[in-house]
Amino acid sequence: MTTRTHPLLILFTVLVYIFLAGPLIIVFGASVSDTTYLTFPPQGLSLRWFENIFEISAFRRTIVTSLELAFLATGLALLIGIPAAYALNRYRIQLPTWLSTVFVLPILVPEIVFGFSLLKSVAVGASAPIFLALLIGHTLIVLPYCVRVISASLASFDFSVEEAAISLGSPPVKTFFTIVLPNVRSGVIAAFILAFITSINDVSTSLFLTGPGVSTLPIQILAHVEQFFDPTIASVSVLLMLLTIMVMAIVERTLGLTFLAK
Amino acid sequence: MTLPLTIENLTAHYGTTRVLEDLSLSVGAGELVSLLGASGCGKTTTLRLVAGFLEPTAGTIRLGGKDLTKLPAYKRDIGLVFQNYALFPHLSVLDNVAFGLKQRGVAAAEREKRARQMLDRVGLAQLAERLPGALSGGQKQRVALARALVIEPPLLMFDEPLSNLDAKLRVDMRVEIRQLQRANGTTSVYVTHDQEEAFSISDRVAIMNAGRIMQFDTPEVLYQRPANAFVARFVGFENLIPMRVSRRTGAEVTAEAPGGVALQFSQDKFGPIPDDFVLATRPDGLAVTSDPNVEGLPATLGLRTYLGRAYQYQCETEAGALIANGQLSPPLDIGAGAKLVPVPDQCCVLKPEHP
Repeated sequence: MTTRTHPLLILFTVLVYIFLAGPLIIVFGASVSDTTYLTFPPQGLSLRWFENIFEISAFRRTIVTSLELAFLATGLALLIGIPAAYALNRYRIQLPTWLSTVFVLPILVPEIVFGFSLLKSVAVGASAPIFLALLIGHTLIVLPYCVRVISASLASFDFSVEEAAISLGSPPVKTFFTIVLPNVRSGVIAAFILAFITSINDVSTSLFLTGPGVSTLPIQILAHVEQFFDPTIASVSVLLMLLTIMVMAIVERTLGLTFLAK
Repeated sequence: MTLPLTIENLTAHYGTTRVLEDLSLSVGAGELVSLLGASGCGKTTTLRLVAGFLEPTAGTIRLGGKDLTKLPAYKRDIGLVFQNYALFPHLSVLDNVAFGLKQRGVAAAEREKRARQMLDRVGLAQLAERLPGALSGGQKQRVALARALVIEPPLLMFDEPLSNLDAKLRVDMRVEIRQLQRANGTTSVYVTHDQEEAFSISDRVAIMNAGRIMQFDTPEVLYQRPANAFVARFVGFENLIPMRVSRRTGAEVTAEAPGGVALQFSQDKFGPIPDDFVLATRPDGLAVTSDPNVEGLPATLGLRTYLGRAYQYQCETEAGALIANGQLSPPLDIGAGAKLVPVPDQCCVLKPEHP
């Protein structure tokens, strides 16, 4: 049995791949160019724009801030999101339906509006320190992803399995960690990855909450582009991608594989 | 270890709906009792209350001398077998079975030994290292059974354990469950909607409806002497004819069916007969005859179906539509008039239903 593939389908598939990978290739090419302006294809080959990132202190600082923020916000969102998703699924029949909608509100509200309202309430209203305001903002925008993704995982979890463990003498809290959590592991990992990427790439909310002395990498990139047009931007972008990929790899290696080994 | 289970005046609500109404039930030590009824009758609620997954509004649950009512589920020490097996998907068959022993602080080596022995008893020793996902339905339910039995609980409870299996396996498994239960002498509560399953496996059966127990007795008594119209219908007494006594002469009673047909009943054969009663019969309990001189309910024969051992007739009578079985030869004509005669030892005299 052979299936013939229509030539148009092949063309279409190739185009999709080109459009998906194109920007990445262009950014990567531009980042290694030896010129003082952004250009593609690269002219010459140099890593000096990568060096340049670390010579600009603002980039050094914001990379650290962005990483701290992404890890803390993702961690907090998981701490809130896992129990929330659990409760929403476990007691789905007893709970009112609007309760789960509350957890997607930060996605439904336009991010600009969300950022502005956080500025009014948290940053100005409660005069919270900038980092704290950013942390609250990022936790809130990544929380919906955590709740949704873990909920999807829990939706296929049979809660009578949990009851079986309890009936065999395992206290409820212990049961959650030994029985429920290992079975939604993939959901938790997916939520972590999604939340981390969302946080580290966020512009609109951060734009309102960053301030003197504290900024995130995307905001710093924005500020840099306004003044300079050298390939540093391209190399920072490549670095951001590499960082993201590295974190994903680490999560997959540590959480993913140790859980799987059990 | 085997202890009696005593449930007293148990009442439960879901929100504002009352699902269990003042239910009392005692299961003797080592006895297997089934809760039988259609979905929504409260049988699963009863099981979940005993297991500790639901809290009763009122009532007490006692196992031996111990009051379970306020005890958290994980301290109740009850072996549970679920309808959908509820095996731990991320643990091997062996670890599934050993789980309860681990909670009880049994050392690893001892735990493994006992889990393997138990797996051997349910015939799954060679599958110990597999994950539950790699097992068939019947194998999964055996693992679930082993997992519940290995902790040697004083009480075993089954929640429709066979309804996800195919018919042949269901019969094999229920025999196996009964043998294991007998061998261990574990007090057991078995929830099912399948009458044949309940009757074949149980020492006693509680037939439930709308949160109450309608009758609690041995399968034999339930099958032959239902106590009320609900149970009668449930066990296949398809004809329920309301009767009123018009004359009593010693043990002989004359009673009228709707439409005014008078029938003679002997209390020697039917037992005591109240003034108002319901005559309940299975199709076999109404003999069909074309002899016009016999005393019986006049009927017009409708549809005739062939059962192998008899013909079954849908009959129209003044007392409503009835179903009766007639002899094989000769088959009676459809549309013909006939008489339906109650067969004493296959009839029940019931009190009328009060709304």
